[in-house]
Amino acid sequence: MTSVPVTQSSAAAAASETDGPFLQVEDLMVTFPTEDGPVTAVQGLSYSVEKGKTLGIVGESGSGKSVSSMAVMGLHDAKSAKISGSIRVGGTEVVGLSESRMRGLRGNSMAMIFQDALAALHPFYKIGAQLEEAYLVHHSSASKRDARRKAIEMLDRVGIPQPDRRVDDFPHQFSGGMRQRAMIAMGLINDPSLLIADEPTTALDVTVQAQILDLLQDLQREFNSAVIIITHDLGVIAEMADDVLVMYAGRCVEFGTTKEILTTPEMPYTWGLLSSVPDVSSSTDARLIPIPGNPPSLLRPPSGCSFHPRCVHSTKVPGDLCTTQLPELLPASSGTAHLKRCHLADPVAVYQTEVLPEIAPELLEETR
Amino acid sequence: MTQDPNARAEVEPTAVGANAAEAGERRLGDDVSDAYGSHEVNVGDLDFHIVAEHGHTASELDPDAPAVLTVDNLKMYFPVKSSGVVRRTIGHVQAVDGISFEVPKGGSLGLVGESGCGKSTTGRLITRLYKPTGGSMMFDGKDLAKLSNREMKPLRRDVQMIFQDPYTSLNPRHTVGTIVGAPLEVHNVVPKDKVLPRVQELLEIVGLNPEHYNRYPNEFSGGQRQRIGIARALTLNPKVLVADEPVSALDVSIQAQVINLLQDIQSEFDVAFLFIAHDLAIVRHFCPEIAVMYLGKIVEIGDRETIYSHPHHPYTQALLSAVPDVKQAAVGGRRERIRLEGDVPSPINPPSGCRFRTRCQFAQEICAKVEPPLLQIGKRHKVACHFAGELGAHPATPVTTELLGVDDQGSPVPGATPSNTQLTIPGYEKTWYDLRTKQTTGV
Repeated sequence: MTSVPVTQSSAAAAASETDGPFLQVEDLMVTFPTEDGPVTAVQGLSYSVEKGKTLGIVGESGSGKSVSSMAVMGLHDAKSAKISGSIRVGGTEVVGLSESRMRGLRGNSMAMIFQDALAALHPFYKIGAQLEEAYLVHHSSASKRDARRKAIEMLDRVGIPQPDRRVDDFPHQFSGGMRQRAMIAMGLINDPSLLIADEPTTALDVTVQAQILDLLQDLQREFNSAVIIITHDLGVIAEMADDVLVMYAGRCVEFGTTKEILTTPEMPYTWGLLSSVPDVSSSTDARLIPIPGNPPSLLRPPSGCSFHPRCVHSTKVPGDLCTTQLPELLPASSGTAHLKRCHLADPVAVYQTEVLPEIAPELLEETR
Repeated sequence: MTQDPNARAEVEPTAVGANAAEAGERRLGDDVSDAYGSHEVNVGDLDFHIVAEHGHTASELDPDAPAVLTVDNLKMYFPVKSSGVVRRTIGHVQAVDGISFEVPKGGSLGLVGESGCGKSTTGRLITRLYKPTGGSMMFDGKDLAKLSNREMKPLRRDVQMIFQDPYTSLNPRHTVGTIVGAPLEVHNVVPKDKVLPRVQELLEIVGLNPEHYNRYPNEFSGGQRQRIGIARALTLNPKVLVADEPVSALDVSIQAQVINLLQDIQSEFDVAFLFIAHDLAIVRHFCPEIAVMYLGKIVEIGDRETIYSHPHHPYTQALLSAVPDVKQAAVGGRRERIRLEGDVPSPINPPSGCRFRTRCQFAQEICAKVEPPLLQIGKRHKVACHFAGELGAHPATPVTTELLGVDDQGSPVPGATPSNTQLTIPGYEKTWYDLRTKQTTGV
């Protein structure tokens, strides 16, 4: 039980801010105005991350995983995006915080690693200069020489060979994996307590991906920071995260420990995610079963459960519950730490008898 | 369902097929159009068992299938020019350096490796988007490598390509009908008034609404755009499809839809695939045979079971151990993996001998001196390593010395005759070199 998301009912009973989770998000809602009307990209999202723990957020593009993390970082334009709910970072309420105070937090006590390192690094400035800037902003008394020493030290720590020479390189002179390392170095230069990694390895080769994941884990151990890792690769989640948050159409649809979510999932969307990715070690008799259809438009979200237009198990729910009523995020059958948003009466039985035989026949034999 | 923009319209596909008349046996099955291709799925189809039936198990190997494409010692060197007014060639990027393989008829060969290993270049050579520096590519009795552009044109219908990025590979100013119909007009295969019916038929095959031929690519989602790209590649009934990372730009749930569609197409039209991807799990699912590339060379090639369960090359072993595994969740923590240090060396000046030796934990003197041949060591298994062996059981002495006529340090043994037979043929021999007995054995 590393981090239990706080549902609305238990919000009052949340732990005191000093020894509670480092990041606590409660009932977050993010709305953007568009020409076609307001789009609610995230709603009713609650989760928390403790120091030294990793939360994995999975979901398709447009499910709100990046939007919610950018809200934590305060990266949404305050003029257009409407954010409600509460985000507390180390006890400080971030929602509605002034831009100048936000800037003090951002980069110092929390940092973000982006997916596309080439786009996130400025092509015109040397790697070292970009690292130094991040350091100098938050250490006003430091000299340029201190900053440069710190930059070289960080490049060395993330495993860039000959950091004292490479510090004067431009981003285009780095390989893809090195750029990602440089960006991690930039994110960690002020020893943040919260690190958000948005698809940190998606564009990388598996060998480089493994190096980057190792690095993230080593650094997390060293700094005892809270890490949020956003990805659609369930393999990365399985190896990195302590807890998993599955998002669909702006809402949390399932939450639990990594082991619970990936071995006994209780929400058909999570089943769909598991069945639509082949596995390097699964039986070749396992079928690849896609989730039908496409993610819904958030302009006109489906009524009831937002997954029902693509759900292949909604016929097992009596009446038109799925199309009319949004299921609550309730404890799953295996315990209170596992939450799911689904009307299915006995999801475990459906998963064991119908889904597993198709997607992982070899696992079924083991459990028998 | 009638409002569904993606629903199958009621068109009669049989009479309109432009090439269906030409190739009578290639009849279009209605069942190819899938239940999962639409935005909102028909309620009747929303049953797990129906959807599951559309899902495919991994493709299977047909060991007796004849080769449709035979690539032998293929090379592609890109010149590196000096700066200045007179731009002299100062070196070559050896992107692909002597690779040999066969693609079986109606089968699929997977090409995996890190970025920069030459797998995409190989795909572009086979579609003749580049003219190779050397080697041969035998297709239908002709050597694609030697043909001029004019001679190549009629063969282009048989070798088509599916591109990685569905956002940049479709012209935003052309309608879907123009995009999918363009190959028909270029090759003049059907009269102008038959183009549209054929386009609609193709759209239906890939699970799009045939009525949407008038729309522009921006009106479609990523997965649907990739389907348009697949329809375009299918237009001329190709025999070989080069799929260069066809799903890596798509969302996870959409990836499975496209992979299933490609499997449908393969069984329906008997198309052979050269499937290029860096996702080892998807390659394992789609390809019964896999070639692993490193820095312009094939280091290991074999059937799925061998490559994924009994890899003999240290690079393949490292690559496989780096893949994050969903099943690890049941155990917790990270998997044990082989750490590869550093980056891939520059292909302009590759390491001597074995190209992997700079990152290999087993590398010895011989690896720098002699390049290991791609040696057949099993019925359908070839590996290029002096110390080939299963993980944890790599031999202490090089296994290739007798074949190459060198001693354990890689220096030539006076009087020894290297037997270079069987080392570079594209396909598989009936006999192979057994690693344990160091003898040539057969079935």
